[in-house]
Amino acid sequence: MTLITAMEGREAIVNVRLRLAGRRHSIEAEVDWRGGTVTLDRRTSRIDEWEWDAPEVGAVYGVALNDRREWEAMAEAMTAPPYRKPPEGPVLYMKPANTINAHRRPVVLPSGVNRLRTAPAIGLVIGRTAARVRPEGALDVVFGYTIVNDLSIPHEQLYRPAVKEQARDGFTPIGPWVVPKEETVPLSSLAARVYVNGRLVQCVDLRRFRRPPEQWLADVTEFMTLEQGDVLFFSWPADAPLVSAGDVVRIEMDGIGALENPIVAEEGGEGE
Amino acid sequence: MKQARVAWNGTVTEAEPLDSGRLLLPDGTIVDEHEVMWLPPVEPRTIVALGLNYADHAGELSFAAPKEPLFFFKGKNTLIGHRGRTVRPAGVDMMHYECELAVVIGRPARRVKAEQAYDYIWGYTIANDYAVRDYLENYYRPNFRVKNRDRTTPLGPWIVSHEEVGDPMALALRTYVNGALVQEGYTGDMIFSIPYLLEYITSFMTLAPGDLILTGTPKGAVNVQPGDEVVAEIERIGRLINYIE
Repeated sequence: MTLITAMEGREAIVNVRLRLAGRRHSIEAEVDWRGGTVTLDRRTSRIDEWEWDAPEVGAVYGVALNDRREWEAMAEAMTAPPYRKPPEGPVLYMKPANTINAHRRPVVLPSGVNRLRTAPAIGLVIGRTAARVRPEGALDVVFGYTIVNDLSIPHEQLYRPAVKEQARDGFTPIGPWVVPKEETVPLSSLAARVYVNGRLVQCVDLRRFRRPPEQWLADVTEFMTLEQGDVLFFSWPADAPLVSAGDVVRIEMDGIGALENPIVAEEGGEGE
Repeated sequence: MKQARVAWNGTVTEAEPLDSGRLLLPDGTIVDEHEVMWLPPVEPRTIVALGLNYADHAGELSFAAPKEPLFFFKGKNTLIGHRGRTVRPAGVDMMHYECELAVVIGRPARRVKAEQAYDYIWGYTIANDYAVRDYLENYYRPNFRVKNRDRTTPLGPWIVSHEEVGDPMALALRTYVNGALVQEGYTGDMIFSIPYLLEYITSFMTLAPGDLILTGTPKGAVNVQPGDEVVAEIERIGRLINYIE
């Protein structure tokens, strides 16, 4: 395994904190997500042999309108009703507890809906109580990084909270694990690739963000405290793919891992 | 049945409020209410809050009554207990209280029908869902800087079970600032009733025991200032006291 490791590059092997289905507590393990193996309790096995649970997370918040491409596409609309002017403060939304989903678990396409938008996102997992942090030291409050698949029913309007479009059961796959920030590449160098049914459909990195996550952490904790386990995530929705029942979405981030979920129709699948 | 959550003697415990300002702890100890610090009576994972659910309040804010429930989520960072203090940010022009009936979910609730809604409700408490209107922006409105600020949602003092409340759609709400009545309403005037809301919300998302639905506020939103004592009162539930600083 060590030989393969050296050839694959450092970012494929990471020490992570993960949670297996049926086990109450998180454990630490080493994963080689390109090679598809996980080493826990000194035993190496295939990642796919295990059933995964989502990492233990608290409140999960998304920062909207941070994707420069989305911002530019909306620029004209932002000066017209109902928006009238571009936002000055952070535009946040919440993905409540019912939306949290795990690696390889199905996402249910609600009946009457044809397609879901599946936006890749980088999740910052808070490590200690974060209130009024400054941008310079913002990452001190971050424990590590995880992948978030921010699914929603496509919607144009951002005037009202898009609760019915964003907060469906299972609409926020997260994981497969959390990588402590010291164990991986710098935040600013993280990049994501989205595959639908094995075909690469989206390639993005943090240069497309309007502002760096460190700045948002300062802006958000200026008025709301984040607790250990809370997640603040940043997505790239502008060119995010649309998927329907039968599709499999895979989000890869070098230095973190790969989060994969099938989309299933409501009848007969994971739904009732 | 009434149930509170308090900090007492260096620990957190459930407590049953008795008459005459005393509390009964689970082990039989009786303490005076001034010996405890009141905490929010539940620790919800999910807080759903309704906007514009009373026609008179919608009118007051120059909105037509919505045809579909308008709601948003709140984080646990907003909650504080009875007799807590809420900060009015320096330099703002308009911060107002919102006295709201809060529904506490008792069972996992998914695809609940309105006719069965009360079977899924543990009880009710009072929320005072402050808003700082200076920060309103037209994106995912009401945006988090208005409605999700630390310690801006006093909750309590306790939960009163559904059985003890009876009909939650027939309760008077009143808010007093420094003793003066400033807001008055009636839960029966909600645009969307509690059974309707539970059916609507759980038609697409699952609620868990302890989750909250804040059902909106009637007309009478008035600016508050540091030093004010704000009392949100709901018939058959109690009086939730909060101080502005």
